Parts: sequence; structure tokens; C-alpha cells
Amino acid sequence: MKPKQQIIISGRGGQGVLTLTRLLAETAAALALEVITAETHGMAQRGGSVISMIKVGPFMGPLIAAGQAQVGLFLTPDNLKVHSSYLHPQAAVFVNTASPGSYTALDALDLALRLGLPPVSLNLILLGYAAASGQLFCQPQSLEQTLAAVTPAKWLAASQKALAAGAAAWPA
Amino acid sequence: MDMKTQTEAGVSTGRRLMMGNEAIAQGLVEAGCTLAASYPGTPASEILTAVVTGARAAGVEIHAEWSVNEKVALEVALGYSYTGQRAAVAMKQVGLNVASDPLLRAAYVGCPGGLLVVVADDPGPHSSQTEQDSRFLAMFAKLPVLDPATPRQAKEMVGPAYELSEKYELPVLLRPTTRVCHARQVIAWEHPRRVARPAVFVKNPARWCATPQFLRGLHQELNRKIRSVAREPEWQPRLRPGDGSYGRTAVLASGVAWAHAYDWLMAQELLDRVDFYQIVLPYPLNPEFAEYVRTAYDRILVLEETYPVIEMQLAAPRLQGRLHGPVPGEGELTPDVLNDILGAFFDLPLQGRPSPAGSGSRPTLCAGCGHRAAFYAIRTTFPDGIFPGDIGCYTLGMNLGAVDTVHCMGAGISQAAGLYQAFRRQGEVKPPIVATIGDSTFFHAGIPALLNAVIQDARFLLVILDNGTTAMTGHQPTPASGLSAGGEPAPSVQLEELVRACGVGFLAVCDPYDLPALEELLRQAQAQIQAAGGPAVIIARHPCMLAKTGQPRRQVEVTSSCIACHHCLDNFECPALIPSPDTGQVQIDPVLCVGCGVCVHVCHAGAIISRDNGL
Repeated sequence: MKPKQQIIISGRGGQGVLTLTRLLAETAAALALEVITAETHGMAQRGGSVISMIKVGPFMGPLIAAGQAQVGLFLTPDNLKVHSSYLHPQAAVFVNTASPGSYTALDALDLALRLGLPPVSLNLILLGYAAASGQLFCQPQSLEQTLAAVTPAKWLAASQKALAAGAAAWPA
Repeated sequence: MDMKTQTEAGVSTGRRLMMGNEAIAQGLVEAGCTLAASYPGTPASEILTAVVTGARAAGVEIHAEWSVNEKVALEVALGYSYTGQRAAVAMKQVGLNVASDPLLRAAYVGCPGGLLVVVADDPGPHSSQTEQDSRFLAMFAKLPVLDPATPRQAKEMVGPAYELSEKYELPVLLRPTTRVCHARQVIAWEHPRRVARPAVFVKNPARWCATPQFLRGLHQELNRKIRSVAREPEWQPRLRPGDGSYGRTAVLASGVAWAHAYDWLMAQELLDRVDFYQIVLPYPLNPEFAEYVRTAYDRILVLEETYPVIEMQLAAPRLQGRLHGPVPGEGELTPDVLNDILGAFFDLPLQGRPSPAGSGSRPTLCAGCGHRAAFYAIRTTFPDGIFPGDIGCYTLGMNLGAVDTVHCMGAGISQAAGLYQAFRRQGEVKPPIVATIGDSTFFHAGIPALLNAVIQDARFLLVILDNGTTAMTGHQPTPASGLSAGGEPAPSVQLEELVRACGVGFLAVCDPYDLPALEELLRQAQAQIQAAGGPAVIIARHPCMLAKTGQPRRQVEVTSSCIACHHCLDNFECPALIPSPDTGQVQIDPVLCVGCGVCVHVCHAGAIISRDNGL
């Protein structure tokens, strides 16, 4: 049976939520899965809270209902209070934070800075981490292939490094 | 990523992940549209850019233009269509208000070449001043309107929409909403065969110049067309029949509300158990279909965004919808809203669902944004001022207490004039009135307003916040940029020349980063207004931070003399200034700070310093 998965990505405008959304959607497409996404554009992108939704499977509408997301990626812990309502009680939730909680925490910003990567690459680090956990519809290798295909050459090396560092941070 | 193949006929085809707006643009390219005009506005902004890239990829020539406003865009497209060629305009829903004048008459005189009016609605609204329903404006104009549910469907509608437009010689509206425009799906594409048509203009004054004596006949003709469009087989409601489990019951939906209702019915295992219609042509609704619905069903639920356009045309006694309840009369029909409505309609036990516990962080101007400096200077110079604002990134000046009104494009200038007249007649001590408007918005709708202020001797100060681009919607060029929609060099018009041509006496230009200089100019302008009358204009010019200007960075730091008064946090609101959780003293976030150095002027305690002051 083909995988069916509803994912939310939550962050602040400018943090790279849209990049992750595209990457996951492109990966689903490359795996010949049906996919539809919803994104935030416009005013809220100026540093406001933004959310993207990715629905893999035979869905028609792009939005996820409350309590239905099986995976949540939070680029900032501040948004947990805003967007947690979309999460299923058993959802796998990955949060960029140094503070532990009822979720899987990774200080992706700290990791980025320690590796000499730009701060914005925390988004790819968190994605690599989530993929390595096995909770996503796709494996890190599929994401790597998509990344190589869609990323402009000048950012590719740093992006690949970030994704791989995130995946490597998951305890084997 | 593109999965590309070549057919035997040498036509390239493929499948690609596309945003709804890109899908519509690709549909336009494939349908042989050869002119596309637009003014940027969320959620429609990406359409024109995607027409440019789509045309390049397909090797076809399309004139794509960022018109100065939506009225101009529609008139350009109309003139083009008069020669028998296919044209399109793209805009957001409030843009159609601006373009409504040419739109309504276009229904009477029509258009020989296909004309598609892509108007993106914003139920919610997410990024607009209203959540109005353009399908109602189509009904008002007596023009057909299509309501796609998904990006894929939006693209599939474009070609047949042109056929409909040309069969009846009527403009056709394609009405996606935010959730279609900004959704992504994998969509099939193909490179179009070249469909070059010669431009032929057939003179026909009774039609193109129709004076009142001809208009009654044209109106009659329009009514005949609309009756016929309603019965077009291609655009009839699409039924997914039920198995009889729910007899004499139907769900009718259109747009993305249909898509989310589909997902809900699937999740509840009710798909194919109840008659489920998608209305793809909400206006004109086939009256025979409406009569069928009235007789065939006892329980009817209508789901549509955002106004009751279908519901009103159905006029059935037992309808459930926006007009009669239980569907709320306002707002987006999200899966959560639909869950409650559909759950009650099918008499299912409603599960309690979690609701959002808090609100998110509000949007703010970027670190280093020149608008922030300008707003700070305005607020500081005129603590008792009234500040009419306008539409763009700089609407966020309300966070800084420097924007008191926001209405529609260009309104800030005219509202400033109105406020001046109000206080002038009262004869009281007149508060300083300082209006702000962005450069792109000034070109769009500010020029007539400023001209009017000059001839009415309206005494206020206008600050044009010139960042050299249309920033909010993704950095489209302005008339001053000297760039075409395709990025080629183009003629440009300078703001200074326009302001002077409007008859403004006092005009000064300043980089808002130099706060003391701007504050001095503001005082001079206000003195000039009091002495000589008329509006005064200051152009506060600094390039948008997101335009990657490569401007020099100052090394800014906060010294230990910070007294934690938080004047900078409260009045300047730069995202790079953050209070220390321990001492309350302000710190600079090294990641967010772009080194503009403006905050050095903001700190009253002199605690923010720039190490390399002279750069």
C-alpha cells in the first residue's frame, strides 16, 4: 500500500519553511506519490508565524484538519503553542530547540553554527534528523537526491552538508 | 524537477510540481495566450512571472507586462483582444475593484479574441483588506466565472475557458482562491504548438464606441449569451453519485471547499454514498439544474467561498448554506469548519477537536528596513500627528504607531486631504497630518490623489517610502525600475518628476538611515506647509533589504550603559534588538542584524554605538 502521510512545517517567515515544503513535495513526486501542499505567502512572511502543510496520498484539498498531522517539524519552539492543534496525539514532532519537552528536540541552530553553516540551514538539519528517524514517508537518501536536483549550485554544498549533519545527529 | 518526454510529433511534454499560480500560467502559455498583463497582489502575484518563464521554456513569444494598475492591465488586454488574439489579466480580488469599470462594459461590447480574467480571491482573508467574492462581481457584470478546486483543475480549465470566451465573445473569469494559488501539485504540461494569429481590427463604432442608443441592444444580446452559457455541456455541475444510502440528500460545493469536502467524505467513508456535486461554473448557474435540485432533494448543503453565490441562484426552500445557516456567513471553509458542518449534516457524533491555544508572532519590518527608520522619524518629529497609511510592507508601520489608517491602494493620500479639510473647518489647533505610501502604490493609485490634494490646497505632508521595488508581493519592478516583466531593460519614469508634475511645491529626497537629516526635513516641510500651503512631499529612499543590495555593514553593539528603558524595543521594534532575559538590557542578535546602524540614533542613553562610524 502506498504511504499516506500528513505533515506540518511551522516556523517564522524567512526561516525556510517553504524550502522544506518544496523539498518534501518534490521527493513525494519523485517517488511517484500523489501530493498536495499548502503554503503561507504575503504579509505573514515578514517574520510572522507561518505554517506549511504537505499531504501525501489521494487527497484533493491542501489543508490539514486539527489533530490529523502525523508529523510536525517546528523550526521554532515558539510556534508549538500556535500550531500544535494540527498534530495527531501520536504524531512524531521534531523541534529546533535546546529545551527538552514532549517532543523530539534538536538544537539545530547550535549544530549549524558549530559546523560553520549559515543559521538558516537549521531547516535542512531538522529535516535530515526527522528523515533519519524513519518517521517520514521518505528516507534521507531520497531527500538528498531531490536536494541535488532542485538546489542552485552555489548553495548545494552547504545544503547537502546540513541535511547530512541532521541525519547523522539521529542516534543510530 | 521535471520529468520530460518527447512525443512522436516532436512536442515536449512532462510532469512537474507546480504552484497553482504556475499551473494557471502554464495553462495560459499552452492555450496560445500571447499577452498577459498584471499588477502584483497576494495571492495572484506569481502568475505573471510564471507566464514569462513558461513562455521562455516553450520558445513562444508572449508580451508580459506589469501594468501600472489593474484597470490599465484589463484595458490593455481588451485592446489586444479586439484584434482577435488571446489575452489574459491576473490580479487579486481587490484589484478587480480597480478594474471593475472596464470589466462591466466589456460584458456589453465583448471581445473577439479570448480574454481570461484571472482573479484570485482570498477567503479568510490572509493578505487582503476584504474577503469579498469575485464570483459576485462576475454576476454583477453578467460574465461567466469558473471556480477551480485544485491547481490541476485550474490549469485544465484554461484552454476550455478560452473556447468559451471566443464562442460568446465574452471575457471569462477564472476565480482561484488562496488555497488553489498557493497549493502545489504534480501537473502535466506540454509545449504549445505555435498559434500565431494575425492582428485584425475590424472597425465597428456601434460596438466599440457603443453610445446609449446601442446599449440596450447589447444588453439584450448579453442576456441571451448568459442564458446560453448556463447550459454549456462542458461546464455543467459534475455529479459523483451516491449509492442511495442517503436518499433525497445532496452536497453541492465549489472551489477548494469541494476539495476539502471530498477529503472529509473520503475519511468518513461517505464518498459515493451521497450525491456530491462540484459546481465548476457558479455563475451563470443553469436554471434547469437549479429546478432539478429543488425537486430531487429534500436536504441540500451548499459549500462555497466566500459569499452565497450558488445558494442565491438555487433559491431552494430547504437549503443549508451561508445564507440560511449553518455555514457561517464569513470566513474560510477550512477542514475544521467543514468538519462541524458536515458532521452535523450527516448526524455523526462530533469529536472534540483541539483548537489553537495561542497566537503567533506578528509580522514586522525586516532588520535594516528603511521604512522603520522613516516611521521612527515621523513619529518622533510629530508625536501628536495623524498618520494615514497605505498598502504594502509599510502597513506594518502600525506596529510603530506611525500608521493610523489603511484602506485601499492610494487612499492614504486622499484620506489625509479629507482629514485636513475636517480640521480646517473646525478651526481648532490643527494636528500635523503625515501620510505614507510606498513607491509602487504611489504609481498605482497615488498620482490622481496627490494631484487632487494640490488643486484643493490640502495641507499635509506626504512621505513616499521608496525602496525601489514592489516588496510585499515578491519584488516585482516598478515604473521607476527600468525593467520589463522579463527582466529586460525598459523605459523608466522617476518619482521626482511625477511629484513635481503634480504641482507640488516642496519636494525633498532623503535616505531615512540618516535620521537627524530626515527629522530636520520633516520639520522644514511642515513649516513650508504652514507658510505657503499645499501638500509637501519627502521621498524617503533606501533600497529594500531583501533586494540583496550588498550595502556596507556597521559593527553595532550595545554597551554596558544600556539602562534597560526599552525605548528602542517599544518604538523601533527591530527584530535584531532583543532584551536579555536576565538583566533586561538590550542585546543585538548577530544573526538578524544587518548593520544598518540606525538604532545608534534611536538610543537616548547613547548605549548603542557603531565601532566603525565612518564605515
